[in-house]
Amino acid sequence: MTVEARRPDTAARAEGAGTAPAPSGPLLSVRDLTMTFPGRRSASGRRGAPVRAVDGVSFDLAAGETLGLVGESGCGKSTTGRMLVRLLEPTSGSITFDGRDITRLSQRGLRPHRRHLQMVFQDPHSSLNPRQTVARIISDPLLVQGWSASDARRRAAELMDLVGLIPEHIDRYPHEFSGGQAQRIGIARSLATSPRLIVADEPVSALDVSVQAQIVNLMERLRRELDLAYVFIAHDLSVVKRVSDRVAVMYLGRIVEIGEKRALYESPQHPYTRALLSAVPLPDPAAERRRERIVLLGDPPSPAAPPPGCTFHPRCPKAQDVCRTDRPLLRIAASREVACHFPGD
Amino acid sequence: MGAPLLEVRDLRVTFATPRGPVRAVDSLAFTVETGRTLGIVGESGSGKSVTSLAVMGLHRGAEVGGSIALAGQELTGLSEKELSRLRGRKMAMIFQDPLSSLHPYYTVGEQIAEHFRVHFKAGRAAARKRAVDMLGEVGIPEPARRAGEYPHQFSGGMRQRAMIAMALACEPDLLIADEPTTALDVTVQAQILELIARLQQERGLGVVMITHDLGVVARVAHEVLVMYGGRAAEQACVDELFADPAHPYTRGLLDSLPRLDDADDEPLRAIPGSPPSLLTPGPGCAFAPRCGLAAAGTPDQRGRCATERPELRPRGAGPRAAACHFAGAGAPASAPTAPSTATAPEATR
Repeated sequence: MTVEARRPDTAARAEGAGTAPAPSGPLLSVRDLTMTFPGRRSASGRRGAPVRAVDGVSFDLAAGETLGLVGESGCGKSTTGRMLVRLLEPTSGSITFDGRDITRLSQRGLRPHRRHLQMVFQDPHSSLNPRQTVARIISDPLLVQGWSASDARRRAAELMDLVGLIPEHIDRYPHEFSGGQAQRIGIARSLATSPRLIVADEPVSALDVSVQAQIVNLMERLRRELDLAYVFIAHDLSVVKRVSDRVAVMYLGRIVEIGEKRALYESPQHPYTRALLSAVPLPDPAAERRRERIVLLGDPPSPAAPPPGCTFHPRCPKAQDVCRTDRPLLRIAASREVACHFPGD
Repeated sequence: MGAPLLEVRDLRVTFATPRGPVRAVDSLAFTVETGRTLGIVGESGSGKSVTSLAVMGLHRGAEVGGSIALAGQELTGLSEKELSRLRGRKMAMIFQDPLSSLHPYYTVGEQIAEHFRVHFKAGRAAARKRAVDMLGEVGIPEPARRAGEYPHQFSGGMRQRAMIAMALACEPDLLIADEPTTALDVTVQAQILELIARLQQERGLGVVMITHDLGVVARVAHEVLVMYGGRAAEQACVDELFADPAHPYTRGLLDSLPRLDDADDEPLRAIPGSPPSLLTPGPGCAFAPRCGLAAAGTPDQRGRCATERPELRPRGAGPRAAACHFAGAGAPASAPTAPSTATAPEATR
């Protein structure tokens, strides 16, 4: 692993500074991001109501920082991640990356930015082409960026070493690797173009428990060594707490609480965050018996028919009349932002 | 004292595959008492699900050896007809994916009623009433109306409730739950675990909870069986297991978990490598290639781990046992789990 390999793009970025002024602001700035999917067509051909999967999400992310995005299925966390790397076109809102608005760039216009903005997926085996060798999988993004085949192959071998794979295995196929190793390949591919931001969507949840820690440690080490920023999307609150600097909790397409990790986990202000944390089983029988759990009623509602007012009110133990009619906006409370009319205990 | 509710001895399950026979479960023994929960923990390929299918007699095509006794009655060797009489009536199972056991073409109520009719020779009206009662008992709102709905109209959590209603409709004594909350959101998981605990208390059920999640085990289990590579690695009461894990694999698993009550200031102590393949079992301890205790041992000790399979040996009083040559035998209990910690704690090599 050489310094050169780690940051061959520093010069390129300095050159690019002419077109995009070197920003001192956040690396990533998301404003009012919204994604509306058309309603499903029924048998009679009529469309259902449109589904607002993500509804006005805003946050900033500094270079080298990790934002954890947590929530239950259908909360919009994966949709948000896919919009950030432009795998999905947002319905409205803006994404500013490195000082440049990339929300409406064409795929071609996006290409110079794409190398700084990569994604790691949940299921390592299904996100790797089974007919391509590891060499090809890792060097593909480099070839797109105009690297020569031999340079790309050399870089691929370096990356394998960097992520803890044996470079001699470069001509093997994905099925010859275990799940944890396949996820390392996915991570190596995402690192090929020396990105500054990686959006990782449930990167450890498909792995065996004993292998998850390896990948978590790997991602933390890479972040330190390469000064990466992550948007780390996961449903596992313990993993998110481990890797994040700040955490955003999503419910039904909206961020309900966002703030510094320690504060958020130690004194959650939104009733949903509190319930979510209290629902996580601790690997400690004595603590489990002592614990007071807030068991929420019912399931998360459908994003196709969100409740009025605060969308959490039908399940909220503290709901009042105002919660049924007025949507709470994110407001500062206890040194973080909370979307609740009655934050705190 | 009569026979335990479930007593499994020397269980062996072998599958015939194109690449030769695969022993998915070997030399497994455990008991489940009425009103108690046994947690079976393991990763993919550990044999935990195969074990539960063998107990239920649902192991299509596999060869099952050893003994499985339900309230003293031997189940191995029973005909399919005899087994199907016991399934539902004496023992029932719920799965990770409720849709795999709910038929899409019949209403939820019809399916529960049918189940009840077959086992109790009840009339249609009585069975129908039983179905609605059960749906109410598992916490489904408006059970009379929901009984007329189809599985796809139920949310994931409601489907799991419906499956529990069906499993318990014929009042079995033993409930086997195979990763029942793995596909569910954490707030819904909390509801389902609470439901199972309540029903267990009300009915004195014996429960086998199969899971990969040590948090779930800590919450619900009384006794725990940790499986690795098709065998028991460790057995203990839940408090002992978490307070003082004897097997290096159990210890490694607990050490590698990110925890809500952790300071996050040191790298996780990962277990290197991956769970073993059952296709090519070695002669020694299945965990040896990943084991910090083996790696820290003398060449002689390492050789023993690599060539001689450790028997499950009792430790002290109670159900405590571990299958390790060196667990608690002179070697430091806090031996490093990963031999390569200094260079790259998460490296696979």
